[in-house]
Amino acid sequence: MFVQRPEARPATVEVFVEGLPVLLPEGASAAAAVLLAGLPAIRETPVKGSPRLPYCMMGICFDCLAEIDGVANRQACMVPVAPGMRIAPQRGARHARLEAEV
Amino acid sequence: MRRYDLAIVGAGPAGMAAAVEAASLGVSVLVVDEQLAPGGQVFRSVESAAGDPALAGEFLDAGGALARGFRAALGAGGGIEYSPRTTLWHVDLEAGVISVLRDRRSEEIAASRVLLATGAQERPVPIPGWTLPGVMGAGAAQILLKTAGAVPGGPLVLAGQGPLTWLLAVQLLRAGAGPITMLETGGKGALWDAFRAGGLWTGRRLLTKGVGLVREARRRGLRVVRSVRDLRAEGDGRVQRVRWAGGETACDMLLLHEGVIPTTHVTRALGLEHRWDEGQLCWRPVLDEWGATSHGLVAVAGDGGGIGGWEAAAATGRIAAIDAAWRLGRLPEDEATRRAAPHRQTLAAALALRPFLDRLYAPAPEVLAPSDDATIVCRCEEINAGQVRHAAKLGATGPNQAKAYLRAGMGPCQGRMCGTTVAALIAQERGISIAEAGALRPRAPFKPLTVGEMAGLPAEAE
Repeated sequence: MFVQRPEARPATVEVFVEGLPVLLPEGASAAAAVLLAGLPAIRETPVKGSPRLPYCMMGICFDCLAEIDGVANRQACMVPVAPGMRIAPQRGARHARLEAEV
Repeated sequence: MRRYDLAIVGAGPAGMAAAVEAASLGVSVLVVDEQLAPGGQVFRSVESAAGDPALAGEFLDAGGALARGFRAALGAGGGIEYSPRTTLWHVDLEAGVISVLRDRRSEEIAASRVLLATGAQERPVPIPGWTLPGVMGAGAAQILLKTAGAVPGGPLVLAGQGPLTWLLAVQLLRAGAGPITMLETGGKGALWDAFRAGGLWTGRRLLTKGVGLVREARRRGLRVVRSVRDLRAEGDGRVQRVRWAGGETACDMLLLHEGVIPTTHVTRALGLEHRWDEGQLCWRPVLDEWGATSHGLVAVAGDGGGIGGWEAAAATGRIAAIDAAWRLGRLPEDEATRRAAPHRQTLAAALALRPFLDRLYAPAPEVLAPSDDATIVCRCEEINAGQVRHAAKLGATGPNQAKAYLRAGMGPCQGRMCGTTVAALIAQERGISIAEAGALRPRAPFKPLTVGEMAGLPAEAE
């Protein structure tokens, strides 16, 4: 759905979206990484399990909640990409986990 | 605890201009902003997007100049502390203390005055199917272009109205996106109604800019369908087509836009006085001519106080900064009045075209209160319009009651997306005005934070 324009913005930061490497320009968000990776959903809602992708990209709608570097329910549009970042969809509600399991 | 004369929340045009002005008057300034770099949403990533020809024009020129001015003031050691990637989550009005989150650590900071320059958000456009993947706000696509240089790859529909739709169409077409179909939702009589609002001569520079955008969009092959009603997005697992009364088109993405509204989340959470603006169809905090709110600690500048665009925002930022300096005893009153005068002139010129734009692009009643009961209103809790109408019949008098009945507004966005729609539906059902139905009263933390992030606050000194 979204395509990059490396001639205008070189992609230099490598992140992993569900394990797949994606290169993005510095300053792009984790939500942008998910859109560029072409994932069908960044989250499944806790209420009905409906698939969602980012809607507002500016921290308002919270439809881009994702698991980033092992931390659940993060607003992916507000998190800039960093080399090696691991991004996975948020499926349903966040669950409490023991530190040892993380 | 760190202490500043003035804490500014937001580094868009209003926040940047306020910081530069305040620092020049000897006021110590802290600027906290959620983004990586200054610019706000209108000039988002303006520094790193400098080489992108698709964004040439006002964005790179005016936005670049504002950011450079802000950076220069920081570099001069002129008393501005700039804290990017920092989220405000609480304001203690009594103590004059703000709580912020940065790098997943919380901090409390004392401020003699707080200036909220938190800008605007896109007005939610609740149509059937707007929660499908592939449907986004038009502003969201623009942010992807500004921050990542990315554009939609397949057939794209841009539906709604407002100056941003034309600007975005031009920028996306320049960047090679498309084909793009624009579905304009404006009413047929809107232009004549808008002409009666006047301001065309004073606002002629803005008007010329707009006409130029429309021409460029058409030259670049934008297909336009006018007077579109009854929009709906359809598809299996993601948007595949858009239907409207009398037409349909296949698409890979649908971008929605019905203008922008002030972000009043924090000002409402603080219990500040607000009023419903019938012209702009949104809530705005009640402000005096210096941007001061109903509470002595807090001022508002920029689009968060009412939509006026970036030039008006910068002017209100400077005016609020001068007011802060006066309140802090750094300026005598007559000097403050004298210094504010040129910014008031800029402000008046920047706002001249606004009544014309507000009428030309007034959202249809359908945008405020969707008629199809199956339309999702609260995206977080998946509450539809029919459920809200039913709650109103059961006795919910406003969005705060409906929240208790339905959980609408109780999800992670805390009603940022549904609050006004819920109020409009209840108002319609009960035969009252949206102003009477009222606004959601959000509570701190303004953004969710973990227990760990809150518990990490340093213990209070005795």
